[in-house]
Amino acid sequence: MRNPHEIIEKNVGLLTVLILIAISFGALVQITPLMFQQQVMEPVEGLEPYTALQLEGRDIYIREGCVGCHSQMVRPFRAETERYGHYSVAGESVWEHPFLWGSKRTGPDLARVGQRYSDEWHRVHLMNPRDVVPESNMPGFPWLAENTLTGEDTAKKMAVFQSLGVPYTEEDIEGAQAAVKGKTEMEALIAYLQSLGTYLK
Amino acid sequence: MSMFWTIWISVITLGTIVGSYLLLRWNLTNFTGHPEGESMGHEFDGIVEINNPLPRWWTILFYITIVWSFFYLALYPGLGAFEGFWGWRSSNQNIQSLEESAQARADAKEQGLIVQYDRELDYAAEKFDPIFEAYAKVPVEELVNNEEAVKVGQRLFMQNCSQCHGSDARGNTGFPNLTDDDWLYGGTGAKIKETLTNGRNAAMPAWIDSMGEQGIKETVAYVLSLSGREVEENHDKLAEAGKARFAVCAACHGMDGKGNQALGAPNLTDNTWLYGGSERAITETLTYGRNGVMPSFKKTLGEDKIHVVATYVYSLSN
Repeated sequence: MRNPHEIIEKNVGLLTVLILIAISFGALVQITPLMFQQQVMEPVEGLEPYTALQLEGRDIYIREGCVGCHSQMVRPFRAETERYGHYSVAGESVWEHPFLWGSKRTGPDLARVGQRYSDEWHRVHLMNPRDVVPESNMPGFPWLAENTLTGEDTAKKMAVFQSLGVPYTEEDIEGAQAAVKGKTEMEALIAYLQSLGTYLK
Repeated sequence: MSMFWTIWISVITLGTIVGSYLLLRWNLTNFTGHPEGESMGHEFDGIVEINNPLPRWWTILFYITIVWSFFYLALYPGLGAFEGFWGWRSSNQNIQSLEESAQARADAKEQGLIVQYDRELDYAAEKFDPIFEAYAKVPVEELVNNEEAVKVGQRLFMQNCSQCHGSDARGNTGFPNLTDDDWLYGGTGAKIKETLTNGRNAAMPAWIDSMGEQGIKETVAYVLSLSGREVEENHDKLAEAGKARFAVCAACHGMDGKGNQALGAPNLTDNTWLYGGSERAITETLTYGRNGVMPSFKKTLGEDKIHVVATYVYSLSN
């Protein structure tokens, strides 16, 4: 009798296709149904889209690679919720494109850092973290205080988010450039950080 | 989760398990035409390929995982809307606010579900709450003699306060030193608790617009003289002029410059400086103003823990 397995073993194309089918089952069960669940589409109570300044701050957060050391995901363990606050829920991330949950915690989780420290603390800390936390190994970001935003692309960015379902009004978009022009990157980043996770606090 | 997705998940999941079983059976069948354990009919350099079956220990493990998976899916929530006979879940889902979170916790308890996260909280509450409750009954000024309470307070301080006030609580420029018995808002147990509970928002206005550069220069000279120091040039003349200007400052800092704890206005005569006491630092303070913020810890820590943190802070200078 001919060995049917031999057909797969000797035909790389067929093997590839079958492997792809086999590993797709996990995604079909784990990911696909989640995308259609109410809880990942419905914002938490009182959720507001980022203001123009916060949105620019978020882009600086991405540019400087903050996500490489800071997660934004409080997991449902008491050890974490004692330190950071209520665990993160899906409704907080519905307007995040892309989300910045991260997977690396060299520094603390930032999902609920908003309003935890004063603006002044953030400014001092971002200039040189060791000025306030001597044990810190986070790098300083002094150039953020020198770079100012032009706001040229802010309206465009907001329009893209609008097309992805973030409820920005035309007014928000029109006023976007004026809202950020002349502000420093430091101000934008701090505005973003102060907005994080304040809805379940 | 809707019926459609429940069926979708169940069919694929159970189908995969059955498929795995069939795949294993298929691969255990000898299609080679050679008896097991014997040569496949080719040899090279004295090395013979033998038709060996899949190792028995491995196939048995495979069967065990298949049987295990059915038990798992029966007990735990794995098949869509089916929650599992055990009623276990890692945390409550579909939460849109803190109120809903508390409600979900109460509901799960009523239904007898096992929510892993809630169980952690319950266990901790049972273990630690009585300790904090007992501490809360003792006034800060007395509790400070309880070494253990002070240690607990220190741990909480490290976690929540040290980022600004430093792990030694000696503060930093702009963040008060808590060990020196010099208090902006008062250093009694009750006042420290008030600060922790509600937070503080200091408001030192910027004076550059109303005083102008010369006015600020004069005021700085006078402020320096309050703690017995002088500016380098023309001190007497500048300080004299500054004294007249100090009337507006006196609204908060008092005529004698000794400050006012009700407003959080610092004492300017004691040479303890939050933002630095050099001529340059004071000039900056007067020019741009200062807005120190102490966040509220009411929600983060809760009353009883605030009591213990306040005790630690109190212990630092008493």
